[in-house]
Amino acid sequence: MSTVQTSMPAQAVAAGEPSFWSRLSGNRNWAAFWFMLPTAAFLILFLAYPLGLGVWMSFTDERIGRAGAFIGIENYQWLWDDSIFWLSVFNTLFYTLIASAIKFAIGLYLALLLNRHMPFKAIIRSIVLIPFIVPTVLSAIAFWWIYDSQFSIISWSLIKLGVIHSNINFLGDSDWARASVIFANVWRGVPFVAITLLAGLQTVSPSLYEAATLDGATSWQRFRFITYPLLTPIIAVVMTFSVLFTFTDFQLIWALTRGGPVNATHLMATLSYQRGIISGRLGEGAAIATAMIPFLVAAIAISWFGMQRRKWQQGSNND
Amino acid sequence: MSMFNTDRRSLLKGGATMLAAAATMSSDQLLGYAKAWAQTSQWKPEPGAKINLLRWKRFVEAEDVAFMKIVDAFQKANNVTINVSNESYDDIQPKASVAANTGQGLDMVWGLYSLPFLFPSKCVDVTDVADYLGKKCGGWADSGKAYGMLNGKWIGIPVAATGGLVNYRVAAMEKAGHKEFPKDLAGFADLVKGMNKNGTPAGMALGHASGDANGWLHWALWAHGGKLIDKDNKVVVNSPETAKSLEYVKGLYDNFVPGTASWNDSSNNKAFLAGQLHLTVNGISIYVTAKKENPQIAEDMNHAHLPAGLDGKTRELHLGFPILIFSFSKYPQACKAFTAFMLEQDQFNPWIEAAQGYLSHFLLDYDKNPVWTADPKTTPYRSVAQTASTPAGEAQMSENAAAAIADFVVVDMYANYCTGREDVKTAMASAERAAKRIFR
Repeated sequence: MSTVQTSMPAQAVAAGEPSFWSRLSGNRNWAAFWFMLPTAAFLILFLAYPLGLGVWMSFTDERIGRAGAFIGIENYQWLWDDSIFWLSVFNTLFYTLIASAIKFAIGLYLALLLNRHMPFKAIIRSIVLIPFIVPTVLSAIAFWWIYDSQFSIISWSLIKLGVIHSNINFLGDSDWARASVIFANVWRGVPFVAITLLAGLQTVSPSLYEAATLDGATSWQRFRFITYPLLTPIIAVVMTFSVLFTFTDFQLIWALTRGGPVNATHLMATLSYQRGIISGRLGEGAAIATAMIPFLVAAIAISWFGMQRRKWQQGSNND
Repeated sequence: MSMFNTDRRSLLKGGATMLAAAATMSSDQLLGYAKAWAQTSQWKPEPGAKINLLRWKRFVEAEDVAFMKIVDAFQKANNVTINVSNESYDDIQPKASVAANTGQGLDMVWGLYSLPFLFPSKCVDVTDVADYLGKKCGGWADSGKAYGMLNGKWIGIPVAATGGLVNYRVAAMEKAGHKEFPKDLAGFADLVKGMNKNGTPAGMALGHASGDANGWLHWALWAHGGKLIDKDNKVVVNSPETAKSLEYVKGLYDNFVPGTASWNDSSNNKAFLAGQLHLTVNGISIYVTAKKENPQIAEDMNHAHLPAGLDGKTRELHLGFPILIFSFSKYPQACKAFTAFMLEQDQFNPWIEAAQGYLSHFLLDYDKNPVWTADPKTTPYRSVAQTASTPAGEAQMSENAAAAIADFVVVDMYANYCTGREDVKTAMASAERAAKRIFR
């Protein structure tokens, strides 16, 4: 394959030799451009354009079915001293941090357990995935019954056992409601973390453990100095995804509480939907959605930063 | 009202059997009538007209069957086609808005609350239809005018409303020392208190229940003279009257069954039918289900309007269903003819009977419909139009008023105070701010 250097042509043209077109058609970068075009068009059409449109919309007073006028940062000004908005920011951060931390802890523990040799290993591993397979709305409806203020199976059982005397107000009390939705989210999210970490664990060579055992390492030391360092890149990826999923969670909250009681479980995503779609104020909904972007970028940046560092990848003393 | 929810299978099942009794006219008779009607009608459908009609998804199967029968008769008699599509409550408004904006796709929409007021310039002036029906059927209730008229012109025809009234257990009420359902605020509070003491508590939604929570809390606000906005759309919610209503609702809430802050539109239905809740505010769906599945409860329950406000007047928030015709429709005459046809006595009465009290009329003559007296327990739903107010209250119905409902401005205010998250002043200030954001 002949390659024409792009930096050369000045002379060539002067010599009146190969035409611009023939040079271009031989150019690998030019060919690469055409190969990338379909993907680029796809990404621009379905990702960049909607994102840009959303950001633009947040600067307008657009409503559903009606174009809006540019109003600058008015939407953001209103959000700035909107206590419900700030409550939703707090809720989202609280929900994401707590749920992700628990998901990580349980997921890692589960992955370590599943990595052992035991009977019916394959079946048990697939069972673990079930919460992840059930459609979110279905599991949310199941949780809705479990948490019902009158018909909760938990309240009923505890009352029958004589532990409590009245129904637990799962979704009617702010603290209970937050704990309840976090529990439901954790139940749903653990399999993803566990199975992905399990896949990571299986890439760790057994010979490392053998060597460590021969050296007299305890099981904690084997985990701390072999498993954990080798698993770090996977952990970074899994937790980035887990944080993103949790941060943008919508279905679970919408089906369980619709943001109630008194907005104690309103996440930015649900508030954005309520204001943007149900109330029909696309501009304001878009502003709330746009306000999520910095948080998401930060989450991605942290894991990127982490993944590029050898310290993260290969253990602490390996700068 | 659990009408915003999917959990009403029993109601749908029950509806079908009622249909036979409800429909007084066979389809042949109906067709014959429709043909005769078409001959005398002042609106002559365009030949070969094709109408796309979008309506809210039915909750009572029999109601839908009766509606489709009317559609069918009209199609045959006038040689036109009507395509009916159904959407859930939440999806009607976006779809209609898009149609209004793009000028295609739909000719008529039967939606809720404020729909025609979202795009009044895109609605055909239907004053002639409204006048015709009003003259023929005893006139429109004031709430009907509020749902249909803008600046003296009708931009939509309010077909019917779903009422949210008090559902109560008779024995529990009597045990609490009330022989009759109380007609004033103090009596009502006393009843709720007494019922709680007897272990037969009341409960009304304070969660994000679009129908239930908005309904009774707007009543509480209006009953004490409070308002979200005044006649000129100025936000006036921060007032001593609102403060009084907050205290009143807190008094009720403290005597409710626990958990009402988490309730959605179907929670009270479930609890009532399970015998754990003895008074709530709802559409007629609990009663309709109870008749099929739990006759003892149906036997022991009754309905009533919420008590009158401090000024002696009863104002309730009921869900109005206006129908509109888009100005870009190629078949405005056919659309008008259909609107008039379906609200004529011979179509409307069997249809409303099929709905079993779920739909109430805005045309005053239809008070005479036997469905309201055949079972006295449905009678209170007859006068839904008389007590109804639009979400805008005294102001002109508007998109903003509907947005305030959808954003739970009033509901959150009461819930914030009742659950102790905010004091009276803060709760009112937050609501005022939220309302100003919408009415800016």
